[in-house]
Amino acid sequence: MSVEMPEQNPITAPEPTAETAAYWDAADEGRLVLKRCLGTGKAFHPPRKISPFTGRDDTDWIEAEGTGEVYALSVSTRQGAEHCIAYIALTEGPIILSALTRCDLSAAKIGQRVRVVFEPCANGRRVPMFTTVATD
Amino acid sequence: MKNKAFIVGAYEHPTRDASDIPLAQLHAEVAAGALADAGLSLADVDGYFCAGDVAGWDAPGCGPFSMVEYLGLNLRHLDTTESWGSAYINHVAHAVQAIEAGKCRVALITQAGRPRAERKSPAQMHSEQTQSAHEAQFELPYGPVVTNMYGMVAARHMYEHGTTPEQLAWIKVAASHHAQHNPNAVLPKVVTVEDVLNSPIAATPLHRLDCCIISDGGGALVVVHPDVARDLDRPKITPIGAGFTVKHLNGGYFDILASGGVKSGAEAFAQAGVTPQDIQYASIYDSFTITVLVQLENLGFCAPGQGGRFVAEGNLIAGVGRLPVNTDGGGLCSNHPGNRGGMTKLIEAVRQLRGEAHPAVQVPDCHLALAHGTGGQLGSRHGSATLVLERV
Repeated sequence: MSVEMPEQNPITAPEPTAETAAYWDAADEGRLVLKRCLGTGKAFHPPRKISPFTGRDDTDWIEAEGTGEVYALSVSTRQGAEHCIAYIALTEGPIILSALTRCDLSAAKIGQRVRVVFEPCANGRRVPMFTTVATD
Repeated sequence: MKNKAFIVGAYEHPTRDASDIPLAQLHAEVAAGALADAGLSLADVDGYFCAGDVAGWDAPGCGPFSMVEYLGLNLRHLDTTESWGSAYINHVAHAVQAIEAGKCRVALITQAGRPRAERKSPAQMHSEQTQSAHEAQFELPYGPVVTNMYGMVAARHMYEHGTTPEQLAWIKVAASHHAQHNPNAVLPKVVTVEDVLNSPIAATPLHRLDCCIISDGGGALVVVHPDVARDLDRPKITPIGAGFTVKHLNGGYFDILASGGVKSGAEAFAQAGVTPQDIQYASIYDSFTITVLVQLENLGFCAPGQGGRFVAEGNLIAGVGRLPVNTDGGGLCSNHPGNRGGMTKLIEAVRQLRGEAHPAVQVPDCHLALAHGTGGQLGSRHGSATLVLERV
């Protein structure tokens, strides 16, 4: 079952700052990026200039694989359509808040493999979401 | 902490629909109620504690001063620590500290809200989250409403521990058994596990009856110096242990089933010198059934993963189960003023310790109780406050 987007785009446009512009610029190009703390080597999210692990500003951007698995999810109905909020545990480590899209939402399960896709939001910018992938 | 200050006044507003009562007046009415209960007056108050629900909070350059002026208070101490529903439990601990430090002798804590009159559900309040919060741009595009954020906790608990919707439903059933004795409860009718499971899905796996009610109202407490308490003819209820923390997402490395209660509870029990097994009555924040289940585990009332078994078969019902919880009917059935739970949690704990709970739910010779609150969202960042109270 595929889920159609309601006619009026319900995805709130993000409001990037100087600290986060690179994340949204990458999303517009179909790439998922993460900030990495150079002191610990750990990727983190949401991105910020200062590492939440060390308090230092030695952080850089890395390309994420865009893969992971569902850590938690909850489906509700909005304006007649199913909507699935999910925490995704990325392959790089961090768990990020997102939504599932372009798959059977009521069949999605915790632990299921997912990959990133990019959906246009209210102002046309693209927002990273995830869709389930078949596992071998 | 023990015997450094005493809760001598407690009052819960009887209304659940404040369409005709403006917010400032609600605060004033609960203040008057708690002071009358204590045998004190506004003129005695020299310390005032309030959070973001106070009238005038959003007014630039005004904030809590508006409420202080409305009440006509003459203060030496003001504390506006905002941690949503957990704030008032935190305020009691702050009041004890302030009294012990000589900063005030009579501390007034008020809480009030009218989301029903203003037609503001928790979901709407969340969607009004300002983009000025750093993480908002990474969350608002996905439209996470509060039911989703708690639904994800429940889904993960079921995945990790095999917890069932029936077990969650028992928490609502227990609340309804208590609410039938509360003439002010919004939902005074006893419900069954089947009633909960037959109610529509709010956000998977939570049903509508897994959710708390939305109500107007509020409550207030008066905490005083031992010298003041000595002159008042009130039962002596003293805080003996307190804990507070902020749980957050830690850059994306977190356990959604470990709320701030893990830390705030351990700290409160350590300071009190008692264990969860010593507690005779517990007020546990109940925005949703899953909120109670996770916090019972996190506070140590049962082992991690055992919450489902612990709450089942009426184990939270006074006179039936091992641990009476939320004997006023809680936020699930009685009252959730301003979408904040902490104040009503404290007030029912005080009633139990005084022996003033409804006879049908009163814990015999209750002298040790706990109040625990979460402010914010269990599945995301939140403040967590725990207080252990003793009647001496």
